[in-house]
Amino acid sequence: MKNAVGREIPDALLTDGREVYQGKQYMDGKYIQKASPRTRRCEKPVDSKVVASLVDALKQCGAKDGMTFSFHHHLRDGDYVVNQVMAAAIEELGLCDLTIAATSLGSAHDPIADYIEQGKVIGIQTSGIRGRMGEVVSAGKLKTPAIIRSHGGRPRAIEAGEVHIDIAFVAAPTSDCMGNCRGIGGKSNCGSLGYAMMDAKYADHVVVVTDCLVDFPNMPASVEAIDVDAVVVVDSIGNPKKIASAAARISQNPRDLMMAENVAKVIASTPYFKDGFSFQTGVGGPSLAANLFLEQYMDERNIKMGWAIGGICGPLVELLKKGKVGKVMDVQDFDLDGVNSINQTPGHYEMSASQYANPANKGAFVNSLDFVVLAALEIDTGFNVNVLTGSDGVLRGAPGGHPDTAAGSKCCIIVTPLTRGRMATVCEHVVTVTTPGDCVDVLVTDYGIAVNPLRPDLIACLDEAGIPHVSIESLKEKAYALVGRPDDLEWEDQVVAILEARDGTILDVVRKIKPVTL
Amino acid sequence: MEILKPAMAGTLESSDAQVTVEPGTQGIQLTLSSSVMNQYGRQIRATILETLERLEVKNANVTVVDKGALDCTLKARVECAVFRSADCSQQNIPWGGVIV
Repeated sequence: MKNAVGREIPDALLTDGREVYQGKQYMDGKYIQKASPRTRRCEKPVDSKVVASLVDALKQCGAKDGMTFSFHHHLRDGDYVVNQVMAAAIEELGLCDLTIAATSLGSAHDPIADYIEQGKVIGIQTSGIRGRMGEVVSAGKLKTPAIIRSHGGRPRAIEAGEVHIDIAFVAAPTSDCMGNCRGIGGKSNCGSLGYAMMDAKYADHVVVVTDCLVDFPNMPASVEAIDVDAVVVVDSIGNPKKIASAAARISQNPRDLMMAENVAKVIASTPYFKDGFSFQTGVGGPSLAANLFLEQYMDERNIKMGWAIGGICGPLVELLKKGKVGKVMDVQDFDLDGVNSINQTPGHYEMSASQYANPANKGAFVNSLDFVVLAALEIDTGFNVNVLTGSDGVLRGAPGGHPDTAAGSKCCIIVTPLTRGRMATVCEHVVTVTTPGDCVDVLVTDYGIAVNPLRPDLIACLDEAGIPHVSIESLKEKAYALVGRPDDLEWEDQVVAILEARDGTILDVVRKIKPVTL
Repeated sequence: MEILKPAMAGTLESSDAQVTVEPGTQGIQLTLSSSVMNQYGRQIRATILETLERLEVKNANVTVVDKGALDCTLKARVECAVFRSADCSQQNIPWGGVIV
């Protein structure tokens, strides 16, 4: 069945009331029955929940074949915990048919690809999938199709009982002996633990994995001891160098800076750019640099940012310290400036993934967002964005908060170079739709700006400010003139990944790629 | 042109291609790998073969490792490798002639 973004969804996937994507806000006003968490009572007082090893913790939680383990990705590419836990479960306990439900996965988790090939891991639910894992899943080696969700779609699915977590693993930079966790104070600090909060509340069992045991009580706790079954102390939960970079540097690349300046110009031309406005930006080159130019416009007009959300990094903390933004709500930190500021700088707070982006609660922060500035791997002439699959059809990205912020914000700006190497970023049809075009408002490239025709109000704003813009079709033609028109990718029938829209409908599927051989 | 000795042009940097030509006797034997094979493999092959034809290379073993090079880059690398193999890449390059 074809969905609202023109993608053919196999009928075989439309079971148990699952629908195809119908357009944004389709689920608004509908009721959902929340799953009630099942949990083990720990009524008898204990002195400590620390157990000797991951194996002991797994045994204590009744780990068995077929279970779903959850993880969060605050340790980013420095994470050791996913691999440690899966090795303990598969190699030491001999478990199989396991499903990994993670908030995101990266190239740090390449060893999991082996477990997929061996058939020990049969399900993957995640936002990001990259590296070797992306390759083996794209090659059709995972037993069941991977399920890809946005950061808001995941807490929605957990609440709705579509994901049942048997054991949640919390990678905690610090924990006390009872399981009160924080993202700071240890040797592998990551700052916010926002993505882990939902898992801890809904999982049958919660295991805290830490490399820094601190005195009880470890307060204020991001994940609380009342939800924790066991605490395991390991040598190291991650590589601090890869968890948080020293500082997210603002790009010096003139192309990035030119695009960033144009992003700020577009923002300043809209009626939403007024005192108290709200903002989120990614940490990609041009997105991050937009902060710099935006500050100039804020100074010029003598206005301040009300609040900012998202993955947080240094430049935003800087604005907070200068008093140019009122509050910063933080679901994840990208650099040490962010890590060291959370709950320290007045106005810098931690938030959960549900508070951040869940479309099924009564008002996640994204819903109040004025502007979001985002990147794209591809954007097509229908303004549909792909941030999941490479132009060669292989899984190597993550929707992250992209679809959530795009849908919630009043003005969603995509900033991307027109081409990357021989890849046309602006194209006829994106490989995979991860963010539907009806949520995307403005495209800024190094060859020109295009505004979604669905937003005549924004077109008028740009015209009034004298900002030149062109049709997205002309940008696509320009791109193809530079790099040549690519051949259509060829696919097998087998679906290797299901891409859920944030509301739980099916937005797109990724099929097994048929590689071109000459 | 005749391929007299093995020669190479280009690099393995992103957006470049490394072209190796070697003497051969059985027409053009092309081995191509590319980081953009699924989208551009056929076009890359066509560009290489057209360039060799324009240079009147009839027999050669050609290996191309493409890292997403544009057509103009591919052509230039093939031309350079062929001229190097014939020891005529130092002077009197027919600019505006066979090298367009």
